[in-house]
Amino acid sequence: MDILEKELQIKKTSPEDKIIALAGNPNVGKSTVFNNLTGLKQHTGNWPGKTVTNAHGNYIYKDKNYILVDLPGTYSLMANSIEEEVARDFICFGNPNATVVVVDATCLERNLNLVLQTIEMTSNVVVCVNLMDEAHKKGISINLERLSNCLGVPVVGTTALKNKGLDTLMESVHELAYNKVVPKPISIIYDDTIEKAIDIVKSALSPILPHNMNSRWVAIKLLDGENTLLNSINKYLGFDLYKDLKLMDKLSQAKELLRKEGIDSLTFRDRTITHLVTMAEDISRDVISFEHGNYNNFDRKLDKYITSKKFGIPLMVLLLGIVFWITITGANYPSEMLATGLFWIQDRLTDFFIKIGAPSWVHGVLVSGIYGTLAWVVSVMLPPMAIFFPMFTFLEDLGYLPRVAFNLDNYFKKSSACGKQALTMCMGFGCNAAGVIGCRIIDSPRERLIAIITNSFVPCNGRFPILIAVITMFFTGYFTGPFQSFMSTLVLTGVIVLSVMMTLFISKVLSKTILKGMPSTFTLELPPYRKPQLGKVIVHSIFDRTLFVLGRAVVVAAPAGLVIWIMANINIGNTSILSHCANFFDPFAKLIGMDGYIIMAFILGFPANEIVIPILIMSYMATGSMLELDSLNQLKSLLIDNGWTWVTAISVMLFTLFHWPCATTCLTIRKETQSKKWTLISLFAPTIVGIVVCFIFVSTIKIIGLV
Amino acid sequence: MNNAIPLNQLPIGERCRVVNLEAKGVIRRRLLDLGLIYGTEVEALKQSPSGDPVAYFIRGAVIALRSDTSSTILVEKL
Repeated sequence: MDILEKELQIKKTSPEDKIIALAGNPNVGKSTVFNNLTGLKQHTGNWPGKTVTNAHGNYIYKDKNYILVDLPGTYSLMANSIEEEVARDFICFGNPNATVVVVDATCLERNLNLVLQTIEMTSNVVVCVNLMDEAHKKGISINLERLSNCLGVPVVGTTALKNKGLDTLMESVHELAYNKVVPKPISIIYDDTIEKAIDIVKSALSPILPHNMNSRWVAIKLLDGENTLLNSINKYLGFDLYKDLKLMDKLSQAKELLRKEGIDSLTFRDRTITHLVTMAEDISRDVISFEHGNYNNFDRKLDKYITSKKFGIPLMVLLLGIVFWITITGANYPSEMLATGLFWIQDRLTDFFIKIGAPSWVHGVLVSGIYGTLAWVVSVMLPPMAIFFPMFTFLEDLGYLPRVAFNLDNYFKKSSACGKQALTMCMGFGCNAAGVIGCRIIDSPRERLIAIITNSFVPCNGRFPILIAVITMFFTGYFTGPFQSFMSTLVLTGVIVLSVMMTLFISKVLSKTILKGMPSTFTLELPPYRKPQLGKVIVHSIFDRTLFVLGRAVVVAAPAGLVIWIMANINIGNTSILSHCANFFDPFAKLIGMDGYIIMAFILGFPANEIVIPILIMSYMATGSMLELDSLNQLKSLLIDNGWTWVTAISVMLFTLFHWPCATTCLTIRKETQSKKWTLISLFAPTIVGIVVCFIFVSTIKIIGLV
Repeated sequence: MNNAIPLNQLPIGERCRVVNLEAKGVIRRRLLDLGLIYGTEVEALKQSPSGDPVAYFIRGAVIALRSDTSSTILVEKL
């Protein structure tokens, strides 16, 4: 059990605990099964590859504790990608007491491939046929009992979304984990020559492998020439099979035998997979009956429009616009109310401090510094975030994102990048750190790096409110009513299109320079559309998100407010430290259309972009005379008093799009790339782009004499 | 066998059967994992807005393939 703790980072609370692995194809509702059993909130998205690490949680059934490990969604355990390797290694070396393979009832045949591969590794398998209600709607019926007989392992039908069948699943797992049933899984027998070769290798393997490892399966992998397994054996068990001379002898003997029959390592893989696929085909023919066609006609019709030549891309931009419009319009009122409320409290706090006769610096630090910054984060930043995020989640759950990837793939191909980068880019709109983690779905290391480096070229949820605030103040403030939000939407959509184009452009530049290479091949699944659970989406995103943002605001904004207040109020010579710093950056900042305070705000906003605007407000207020500020209009006058023009506004927007990723994202990049070099490149690439773009913009404006 | 064509030349809306996989290496494995073995039925569903990739219906799933990948799959029209 050492391996479990050390390498797989799973800790049992007591030796009695049972470890249950949860495997399955991507997008079959595996995470929903996991969440409903454990009560955790692993986010589920309707696109393949959402789970990329081993999340784990526990549940109690019949007074026994079970640790459930959610493996990455994979089509196979052949270790063609990192996820497949992670999943395979866990089943192989984690010694789970049972492995639950979740399969999609609407697409059983293809899912059976993974079931058979799992059964080949371990006999402690429970098959969970999920999405039974969807299959029912599509007129697909599955004879679960016959499937169980065919496979020789327990089979349970579930509709995890509605919590149906999960009790039965827990019971099956319980019986298996406590050896109350002994599965007799179907034996997967290849043709004679292959079987002979397997036997030869197996005879040499059995004595040296730990007894809980399946030597037949390892033998197959050795014949297949799967080196990643050897590396894993080395890593988890600490010995190198290649150094075992007797084994190597047998292996070459077996390979020789195969070669004589015309089976080289390529055809070996072909034959074994073909065998599994054919078995899956036979079994599914035996257990499934269709009432009518097996693909949802509704999906086909919808896809005709959503990915059509004429409408596909315009529809995408329109949808983006609608999301922004709802965000902007919807955020107005709560924003105003929060501002009024929070600043009313600030006034009362001030009154209180005056009444108790506290020294002015105490009031300054606590009220103007810390409380003020927090109030700005909550009132300006929180509402748009709380509205945008659930809508984004809604589209994700619907299954729209893979269609975006499908529509945009050709542009990514032209940039020599992976089409799945469109998915990770979309994730970036929610949070760049999440987008960077999402890049694990891209198999080619070169393309994954491109996706990671360019992820922060699209604004995350924390940067949208900056853009929205600036747009509303400087470009659409002249309009009133619904027309104003319409115009803001238009400008914001334009800004986003620019960021997507920049992502493509920089991807191309990277492909032509430091990350040279050709686009690799990939397959993209377009999963069926699913009805998102509206209530759940809203409740989860608003609460999780709100709490998360508030938490981060307290952690980050409060100290930042403190630092700003101190910097603004402690003087060296006749000027405050803040002014010294701002003056230092000023000449450079002027070149790119901004001022030293703005640059300072971006730098201090490194921990979280949400605090850039609040810091800027604090800085201007600390140096100016204005003390009362509780609406966007007043904010605009504050900015104009400090020399802002529409040129400043555009420069700030451009720099918001393109500057260093936030601290969380940088740490994530460091973790994902395991490299300082690529982290630094990811830090500098957007920064340099931002500086260059702002410089070109400002210089152009100067040259044509607009200002 | 004589009328085998690469999958990327299959007109949209038509169905075919796989006769040979010419892809090598990782992509071959991935195509095999999708169940693209000899005799597998494939239907060309639709093109993306720019014409490439194309979505195919393979063993109950909708999979998009770029033309450079689908050109390595030889098929026979049905």
